[in-house]
Amino acid sequence: MVGILQDKDRIFTNLYGLHDWRLEGARARGIWNATADMIAQGPDWLCDQVKASGLRGRGGAGFATGLKWTFMPKQESERPHYLVVNADESEPGTCKDREILRFEPHRLIEGCLVACRAMRAHDCFIYIRGEYVRERENLEVAIAEANEARLIGKDNIHGWDCDIRVTHGGGAYICGDEMALLESLEGKKGQPRLKPPFPAGSGVYGCPTTVNNVESIAVVPEILRRGADWFAGFGRPKNTGTKLMSASGHVNRPCVVEEAMSIPMRQLIDEHFGGVRGGWGNLKAVIPGGASVRLIPAHEAEEALMEFDDLAARKSGLGTAAMIVMDNSCDVVAAIARLSYFYKHESCGQCTPCREGTGWMWRIMERMVTGEAEPKEIDMLLDVASQVEGHTICGLGDAAAWPIQGLFRHFRPEIEQRIANYRSRRANVPGATLIAAE
Amino acid sequence: MPKAKVNGTEIAFENGMTVLQVAELAGEEIPRFCYHERLSIAGNCRMCLVEVKPGPPKPQASCALPAADGQEIITNSAMVEKARKGVMEFLLINHPLDCPICDQGGECDLQDQSMGYGRDATRYQENKRAVEEKYMGPLIKTVMTRCIQCTRCVRFITEVAGVPDIGLISRGEDVEITTYLDKAVGSELSANVIDLCPVGALTSKPYAFNARPWELTKTQSVDVMDALGSAIRIDARGPAVLRVLPRLNEDINEEWISDKTRYACDGLSRQRLDRPMIREGGRLRPASWAEAFEAVAAKIKAAPPGRIGLIAGDLQDAESMKAALDLFRGLGVDNIDCRQDGTALGAGPRESWLLNSTIAGLELADAILLVGTNPRLEATVLNARIRKLWLNGRTKVGVIGEAADLTYGYEHLGSGPFALAALANGEGTFGEVLKGASHPAIIIGQGALTRPEGAAVLRAAAAVATTFGMIADGWNGWNVLHTAAARVGGLDMGFLPREGCMDVASMLSPGALDVAFLLGADELDATRTDAFVVYLGTHGDKGAHRADVILPGAAYTEKDGLYVNTEGRVQRAERAVFPKGEAREDWAIIRALSGYLDAPLPYDTLDQLREKLFADHPTFGQIDYAPGALAATLDLTSVGVEGQLSAAPFQNQIKDFYLTNPIARASVTMAQCAGLAAGAKMAAE
Repeated sequence: MVGILQDKDRIFTNLYGLHDWRLEGARARGIWNATADMIAQGPDWLCDQVKASGLRGRGGAGFATGLKWTFMPKQESERPHYLVVNADESEPGTCKDREILRFEPHRLIEGCLVACRAMRAHDCFIYIRGEYVRERENLEVAIAEANEARLIGKDNIHGWDCDIRVTHGGGAYICGDEMALLESLEGKKGQPRLKPPFPAGSGVYGCPTTVNNVESIAVVPEILRRGADWFAGFGRPKNTGTKLMSASGHVNRPCVVEEAMSIPMRQLIDEHFGGVRGGWGNLKAVIPGGASVRLIPAHEAEEALMEFDDLAARKSGLGTAAMIVMDNSCDVVAAIARLSYFYKHESCGQCTPCREGTGWMWRIMERMVTGEAEPKEIDMLLDVASQVEGHTICGLGDAAAWPIQGLFRHFRPEIEQRIANYRSRRANVPGATLIAAE
Repeated sequence: MPKAKVNGTEIAFENGMTVLQVAELAGEEIPRFCYHERLSIAGNCRMCLVEVKPGPPKPQASCALPAADGQEIITNSAMVEKARKGVMEFLLINHPLDCPICDQGGECDLQDQSMGYGRDATRYQENKRAVEEKYMGPLIKTVMTRCIQCTRCVRFITEVAGVPDIGLISRGEDVEITTYLDKAVGSELSANVIDLCPVGALTSKPYAFNARPWELTKTQSVDVMDALGSAIRIDARGPAVLRVLPRLNEDINEEWISDKTRYACDGLSRQRLDRPMIREGGRLRPASWAEAFEAVAAKIKAAPPGRIGLIAGDLQDAESMKAALDLFRGLGVDNIDCRQDGTALGAGPRESWLLNSTIAGLELADAILLVGTNPRLEATVLNARIRKLWLNGRTKVGVIGEAADLTYGYEHLGSGPFALAALANGEGTFGEVLKGASHPAIIIGQGALTRPEGAAVLRAAAAVATTFGMIADGWNGWNVLHTAAARVGGLDMGFLPREGCMDVASMLSPGALDVAFLLGADELDATRTDAFVVYLGTHGDKGAHRADVILPGAAYTEKDGLYVNTEGRVQRAERAVFPKGEAREDWAIIRALSGYLDAPLPYDTLDQLREKLFADHPTFGQIDYAPGALAATLDLTSVGVEGQLSAAPFQNQIKDFYLTNPIARASVTMAQCAGLAAGAKMAAE
C-alpha cells in the first residue's frame, strides 16, 4: 500500500478530476447525502461534532475550527452573521484548494451550508483568488446547480436559507490574510485591519463573521457523515484527521494527495511523490508548508512528522502542508532570497516594520547569495528579522522573517563560507564591500 | 471603574479607553506617529508597541488595543525597548535625514523621538528610497521622500475635511501619499495636514525656508477671519508675522483652523497704511498725525451731529469700537452702525443674535436646520464639527438656501423664505425629523438676514424654532451664525443707530452726511457718499481708496483687543508685533482725536478703557465665557418683525472664501487660493 490512508477513508474522491465534478457526479460520490439531517441537528451539535473531530484550520495557522465557530454570537441580532471562505490561495508552492475548487466544488458548497447553519449565518462569501479563473467558473457552475436543485438558496430543501456568493481578488497575496480579505471583500484596498476587534465580533460590514479556509469547510460534511471519531482516528492527538498534502520542487512526482495527519515526511515523499530526485541522500532541505515557515534540513526531514506540533517543535510549521523540496543541486540561499523578494513585493506597505524591513532583508539576502557581505551582517540580518517578526499588524511580517531565520539556523556555515570565498578574491580592506558595490 | 497595572502601578481607568490612554493616564510616555486623538486609529506606525499581559507573547500596538480590567501594561521592558528601537530604525532607513534643510526641523516628531528611542548609528547600507514630490496646491509643500506613511493626512482629509483628495497608493515599500491626479487639495481646512504631519513631508509652502521655530516669538491670540474666534498662536520674528498656527480650544476649534486663518498673515505686511494721509487735489499725501487730527477735527466740528456718521468694520476690536462709540455719542452723533452688510439683527434681546447652543454644545443636537448659510465657507471649523456629528450618524441636517457642497449629506428643503414658512406649517419630511429630535437646532446665516425683509425672515425662523420647541429646559437651539469677528461685540455694546437715525445704507447714500468716519470699514461701497470720509484702518482697501483722511491703525496681531465671537464668548487677542510705521493702536488714535475735538475721553490707558467697557456693558467682563444654553430665557416672539416675505432665494454671504477681508485681500497666498478656487468652480460648471 502507498502511504497510510486507505482509499475508503479519502474525503476528496475526485481530487484528480477523473470523475464528474458536477452535481450528478457529486451526488454519486455521496455529496449532498443526508445534509438535511445534519442541518436539522442545529448549531450546537454541529460545533460539538467539529470540535470532537479535532479539525484544525487547514489554511496554515491550525486554529481549532470548531472552537472558532463557537466565537460567533449565540443569538442572531439585526446584524447578520457571515461565513467567508478564504479561497485566496496564493501561498508559494501551494495548490491544494485549487483541486477542491475545480474538482470538488459541491463538497465546498455543502460545507458552506453546514457551516452557515453552525454559525447561524444565511450569507456566505467565497473569496477566490483572481488568477483562479477556471476554478471560479467551475465553482460558479456548481453554485448555480445547487441553487437550481434548491440545495442552497432561499427556501431550500434543507430548511436553512443560505445564499452563497463568489467574489474574486485582484492578485494580491496579502488578501489571503483574513483581515485584508475582509477589507478587499468590502471593496476597499487590501490592507489588514487591526485586531481586536476580531471578525467574530466585527467582520464584513461590521457584522459577526467567520473566515475559514476552503479545505476546513469542505471536509466538514464528510466528518459529520462518518462521525467525528472516524476523523479523529487519524493522526496523533491534537493533530487529527486527513489533510491534503503536496510537494513541489525536487521530487520525482510532484502532486497533491490526501493523507492522514502525522504521516512521516519521508514516507510521504517516498511513497506519494516518488522520492527525492536522485534519492533521499540527495535531499538538502524541505520547507514543509508553503513558503511562510522555516525550512528544515535533510536530517530533520528524516524524522519529521507532517503535523502541526512536531514541526512546530522543530521550529518550523505545517502551514498548508505543501512542501517545497530542495535537493543538493539547489542554491538554498538563492531560493530563500527569492522568497524574500516575494514578501517584499507582496507587503501591503501599511505598517512600518514590514514595509521597510522586507525590502531591507531582501537586499541583504541578495548580497548573501553572492557572498558580497560582511560576516557581521548575518547577525544584523537576523536582528532585523527579529525586529520585523511579531511587530506587524498581520502575519506577513512573521512570514517574511521565518524563512530567513530557518536558513541561518541550519545553513549558516555555508553562507559564512560564501562570504569568506568572496572576500578571499578581493583585497581585505575595510569597506571592501562598499567599493565592490560601486 | 476597571483597574490596570502600568509598570506595576495600579491605575483606574474608564471603560473604552485604549492601552495607550491608560498608560498616559499613569504618566508613561508612549511614542507614536500615526495615532492622533481626533482621527481614526490606523495602528500602522507600530511605534507605540507595549507589552500587555495577559496576551500573546509579543508586543501590542497600544493605540488600538482596548484596555481591560486587570491588565498589566509594561512600557519599559526589554521587549518594548527592542520594538521601539526596531521601528525607529525602520522609519529612518528610508528617511533622508536632511534635517538641516528641512522646515520641520526643531518641531519634528521623528527628530524628537529618534533622540529618545532610536539607536545611535545606522546599520543600513543599501540605497535609500526616493519619492517624487506631489502637487497639493499653493499651501502644502511636499517632500515625499521624508514621508513615513503614517496616513494622518489621508485620515484627516477624508474624515475631518470630508474631501477624498489625498490617498495612499501602491503597496509595500512603494507606497506613496498623493493627491491622485496632481490636483490641489480642495478643502478650506487643507493646511491642517501640515500640523498633523509628524515629519517634514508636508510643510507650509508660503513659510518655506523662512525661519526656525526657535527664532520665533509665540503669542497666543484669537482669530478674526470669521466670527468663531478660533484659538491661534501667532509666530513672529522681529516685526513680521511669519505664520499662524492653531491652538487647542475644545470649545471652538478643537485643534483645526481654516486655511484663511492660517495663511492670510502674509497680508499683514502688504498694502499697509503706515502713516497718516490727507487727500489734497484728489491725491493722498503723507501727513503728520497732528495735521491729520486737525483736518478731521475741523470737519467734525463744522458738521451738525445729524450729518455725521460712524461705521465700524468687521475686524474691529471691542475697545476701539467702545472708544469711538463714547466719542461720537458724546458729540451727539446717532448715525452709528456696525452692520456693514445690513443684517436685521440688534433689535431684540442679546440672545437673539448669538449662537446659543455654543459650538461645542451643538454636539448634542440631533437635528440641525441651516438657513441661508454655508458654514463650510462662513465658519469652516464649525462645519467640520457638523460633519463629525453627521458622520456619527446621529444628527440629521436640513438646508434652506443654496445647495452647496457642505462635505456632508443634508436634505434640501428649499432655497428661499417660503420654505421656512412651509416648514413652520409642518410641510415636508424634515419637520418630522425636527419633531422627533430631542435637541433640534436652527442655524441662521447672514445670507437669510441681509435682505430688505431680513427682519421678517428672522420672525419666520423664530416661528420654526417655536414650532419645533428648539428652546427647552437646558437647551437653546436658536443660533445665529455671524461672519464678522467684530459684529457680536458691536451689537452687544449697542453700536447701532438710534431710533429714526441712519443705518449704513442710508449713511452712504449721496448727500446724507457731511462727515463719514469709517472705523476699519471696508466691506461697503464708499464711493456713493459725497461726505468727507475719514478712514481709520490698516490696509489700502476699499475704505482707504475713498478716504479724505487716513488714520493708520493696528491689525489684529498688533494690538491687545477683545473680540466677541458668534457664541457671545468674549476672548482676548494679544499683541504679537507692533503696528507698522507710524500706525497706532486704534483706541489710542480715537483717544487722541477726542482731545482735538475738545471732548477728551475719560481713559488714558487700555485698562481704563476696559474698565469703562465692563462697567457699561457687563457681558464684556466675562472673558472666555459663552452664555450658551443657560440663557434659555429667550422669548422667540420678540425676535424679528412680522412682514411680507419675498420669493427671492437666499444668497450665501461669502462668495469668495479666500477674499473676505482687507488682510486676506492683501495676501498673495490667499490670491493664489482664490484663483485656484475660481478655476475649480469654472471647471465644475
